[in-house]
Amino acid sequence: MNKLAVDPVGSVEIDVPAQSTPAPVVVPAAPVGAPPKSLVSSLKLIAGHARVMMDNTLPTVVMLALLLGIWQIACSQPGASLPPPLKVFADTQDLIFHPFFEGNGTDKGLGWQLIASLKRVAIGFSLATVVGVALGVLIGQSKFAYRALDPIFQVLRMVPPLAWLPISLAAFQKADPSAIFVIFITAVWPILLNTVVGVHNIPQNYRNIARVLQLSGPEYFFKIMLPATVPYMFTGLRIGIGMSWIAIIAAETLIGGVGIGFFIWDAWNSSLLSEIIIALVYVGLVGFVLDRLIATAGRMIARSPDTGR
Amino acid sequence: MLPLKHLSLEGIGVTFQTKAGAFTALRDVNLTIDQGQFVAIIGHSGCGKSTLLNIVAGLVESTVGATLLDGKVVDAPGAERAVIFQDHSLLPWLTVYDNVKLAVDKVFAKTKTKAERHAWTLHNLELVHMSHALDKRPSEISGGMKQRVGIARALAMQPRVLLMDEPFGALDALTRATLQETVMEIHATLKNTVIMITHDVDEAVLLSDRIIMMTNGPAATIGEDLAITLPRPRKRLELAHDPAYMTARADVLRFLYDRFRHPEDQAA
Repeated sequence: MNKLAVDPVGSVEIDVPAQSTPAPVVVPAAPVGAPPKSLVSSLKLIAGHARVMMDNTLPTVVMLALLLGIWQIACSQPGASLPPPLKVFADTQDLIFHPFFEGNGTDKGLGWQLIASLKRVAIGFSLATVVGVALGVLIGQSKFAYRALDPIFQVLRMVPPLAWLPISLAAFQKADPSAIFVIFITAVWPILLNTVVGVHNIPQNYRNIARVLQLSGPEYFFKIMLPATVPYMFTGLRIGIGMSWIAIIAAETLIGGVGIGFFIWDAWNSSLLSEIIIALVYVGLVGFVLDRLIATAGRMIARSPDTGR
Repeated sequence: MLPLKHLSLEGIGVTFQTKAGAFTALRDVNLTIDQGQFVAIIGHSGCGKSTLLNIVAGLVESTVGATLLDGKVVDAPGAERAVIFQDHSLLPWLTVYDNVKLAVDKVFAKTKTKAERHAWTLHNLELVHMSHALDKRPSEISGGMKQRVGIARALAMQPRVLLMDEPFGALDALTRATLQETVMEIHATLKNTVIMITHDVDEAVLLSDRIIMMTNGPAATIGEDLAITLPRPRKRLELAHDPAYMTARADVLRFLYDRFRHPEDQAA
């Protein structure tokens, strides 16, 4: 379980160098007496790498410092309604340095709160992926299913996530399944509709090839439809994971229990503004990591060779 | 008894139902093609050339008439009538090798062993001079190379008829010339029946045994059927001044630009 909380944070750092491709470094012929060429070139390569990383991250760091500075000054005035960043840090040191603290009831470290929320998202989002892709393929393939279901889905997808909560509480009677259902119903539409678009956008020529080769249904599905639709699916998955993360926070404020959403609500009820702010930072960071994970998975799948020899 | 025809189109007509009403694309197309013949179909755009090719491929159904290949009615697509598409239509997520292998695995699933299918895939890629790029993706090779792979994929299916839909239309003139050489080489070796759609008069005369000229659509049909009896192997440079070549070329040009000018030109 610990790994789950550590992993996303770890991959933020991994993600940054992966994005920044090193600029090609042209090494001039080494003059006599200079260190060996390979050493020079590898040093230059490292220097080039570091420079590109600096170029990419420096503006963000500067901007962040600037914004924190403005915030610090603005909220240091007497009578300011929100705490300045230094006070937030001082107030929440315990929360920051002891993420896996265990107290009574819902009094748990931020790590546990996030894990509880992530678990709900994981279940709801997985269900949404399976159902969204399966229904998307069906509706994309069958004109009848498209005509029958598309208008209904277009209406249903406009229902905001939280509007589903009362009816889902009524149906499931328990908090956890209701929250998971809200995640599911939020994430399923972008996945489903993007899959439909993907199937509709399979070029006619690919279909013609399949017909000339007389591919069977399953062969067509695995060899043509799935690879051709994967980029669209991942667009849907990315939108879906972002929306699920938004929805779970909102749903948890209402259902209570352990979870980062309720943690925020609870902190508000206890007037612990610093705790709310630090929780918001975590929510944003986790959401960012989730988005990047899906994007990276999509890129890897799109790139990976499909059939071995 | 008459000898069995290899490929025959008998009284083909195609009418599409459109929003504006029925649209007749083709009418009364009768054509018999012998085994091993290289036939070019030429005509202005909108004359139904592609429709005609798609009927032979089985991708489009004719409204009236029938297509027979070795005595059997063509009513669905099949690997014995391989198609080379203008935009090559390679699957972008597969390598050059895998694109051809997909076809080989499907067509020879029961008749060749795994090792034989591998060898056959390599053999066909060698035929089009693409052995050097087996592990490349379509996005990593040039347009001409993609079309070579498309040809290899079609040849690998060992089709009785090879159908080419403006195969070199999207290529530059130099690449087109080398691919034309490749196609002539392959046709000389394999002696398969080929139907090729083209816009290019020189290409049609250089490659084919016979040029089918289509009248303008709608309701297009065969306007003229010209036999090209130039001896093979044909050399581009030598033919440039060959009187027979020039006569054939002039015949086609006269048909296209005198007797059946493009409808848009006539309107202008």
